[in-house]
Amino acid sequence: MAYSEKVMEHYTNPRNVGTLNKDSKSVGTGLVGAPECGDVMRLQIEVDANNVITDAKFKTFGCGSAIASSSLATEWLKGKTIDEALTIDNMDIVEELALPPVKIHCSVLAEDAIKSAINDYRVKNGLEAFELAKSHH
Amino acid sequence: MELPIYLDNNATTPLDPRVLEAMLPYFTTKFGNAASRNHPFGWVAEEGVDYAREQVAKLIGCTEKEIIFTSGATEADNLGIKGVFEMYSDKGNHIITATTEHKAILDTCKHLEKQGARVTYLKVKEDGLIDLAELEAAMTPETILVTIMYGNNEIGVIQPIKEIAAIAHKHGALFFTDATQAVGKIPVNVIEDGIDLMAFSAHKMYGPKGVGALYVRRKNPRVKVTSQMDGGGHERGMRSGTLNVPGIVGLGKACELCRLEMDEEAKRLSALRDKLEAALTTMEESYVNGNTQHRLPHVANISFKYVEGEGLMMAMKDLAVSSGSACTSASLEPSYVLKSLGLSDDLAHSSIRFGLGRFTTEEEVDYAIENTKKAVNHLRDLSPLWEMFKEGIDLSKIEWAEH
Repeated sequence: MAYSEKVMEHYTNPRNVGTLNKDSKSVGTGLVGAPECGDVMRLQIEVDANNVITDAKFKTFGCGSAIASSSLATEWLKGKTIDEALTIDNMDIVEELALPPVKIHCSVLAEDAIKSAINDYRVKNGLEAFELAKSHH
Repeated sequence: MELPIYLDNNATTPLDPRVLEAMLPYFTTKFGNAASRNHPFGWVAEEGVDYAREQVAKLIGCTEKEIIFTSGATEADNLGIKGVFEMYSDKGNHIITATTEHKAILDTCKHLEKQGARVTYLKVKEDGLIDLAELEAAMTPETILVTIMYGNNEIGVIQPIKEIAAIAHKHGALFFTDATQAVGKIPVNVIEDGIDLMAFSAHKMYGPKGVGALYVRRKNPRVKVTSQMDGGGHERGMRSGTLNVPGIVGLGKACELCRLEMDEEAKRLSALRDKLEAALTTMEESYVNGNTQHRLPHVANISFKYVEGEGLMMAMKDLAVSSGSACTSASLEPSYVLKSLGLSDDLAHSSIRFGLGRFTTEEEVDYAIENTKKAVNHLRDLSPLWEMFKEGIDLSKIEWAEH
């Protein structure tokens, strides 16, 4: 199976690889997936006082599509408010990267990672966690 | 050196140009049907088939009459196992195999279970070899067949074939082996090994795709299989269908070349394989899968912990290899062979199989070493698991969200 150009591009030049200080109050961390399933994503966001995501970083254990999905997610997150970030849907990622059906779970994982990072940030700052829709698997 | 480099010779091998040369006339001038008895076109084709039969027989130490040509190893597996099950149903219905067998064996056994067969699937030890005591214990008076592969396609381990055959015979059962990965690579002799039926294929030994053979013993004991395809009664009634003459000629030539060049080739390939393996296992957290003493000379299966196989193969873009990761399959289940060795799912997801071949050069191996190291390091820089491992976090203590 050949990969789409966009997957290859993100895979070859992944954006925003790295680690933010998970103990900082302004940082939210989402760690999703499982090693046994062959993919684990860690996505982190740094949020300012106006609820704007000023930085995003990721590290991913997984296939090329999983790496590309998380790289794309960090790119989209930067500059968005939390509310805007919550509207990112896995199908947007599928469309942007032209993921085939067997790779849709990679985009789902990226969406989970975003929501989980936001929740971590919210809980840290005394807010209630959003209910995460378990729409898959 | 041309890129990409082909290191997936357990999946298939390129056709040796000498094999192609032998085959070509049988597509055009010598196109006859080997079953046409009344004109020279048929005779010429038949001569080609007879000669190929000798070449094949010589490689595995049997007589020409014991070779049944098929479309490949999968068909030979089906014919051998189903054929024995039907032919010997009066004697019993019990078959013994192992969990690391190829799907052509496992799925054939599953099919027979629906038809009343009782199948024992032996587990393998951590090194991929079966436990002979477990085999002995599984034998019953109803056991008609033991089917254990010669060399494994994923990890290359070679089963103790002679000992397995002896146990099967001691209890009055036949011994079948899928030797697709072994024939042509290491010495296989059906008499010395005590094999009653054996399947193999041309395209794993530099011959063409679409042709293989089933060896069926004719003496001590005389083995019979029920045909699985009805038709003109070719191949002594065991496998109907017009013979694939060019393919059979190719298989014959491939066998001859393997017989003449095997010793030298095996020495050269195992030296290259050992070089590759030694260089790659100097990397932290990399492990060789399967027994390294009893192993085919050209295969290395290595897990690079904390990176995922498919992602890794993408980074090794100039290398054609394969992985035990099954990220592309809907089930997300990694290799059942590696899991049978007791490997955890994450290590199975992290495995890469390197399959060297007749046309692999040392320069290519050197390139593969550098390319793989670079890819593993790159992927580990991207891996949250690697970072956690480096921080001393015990990954098994984390509650992962199964998805």
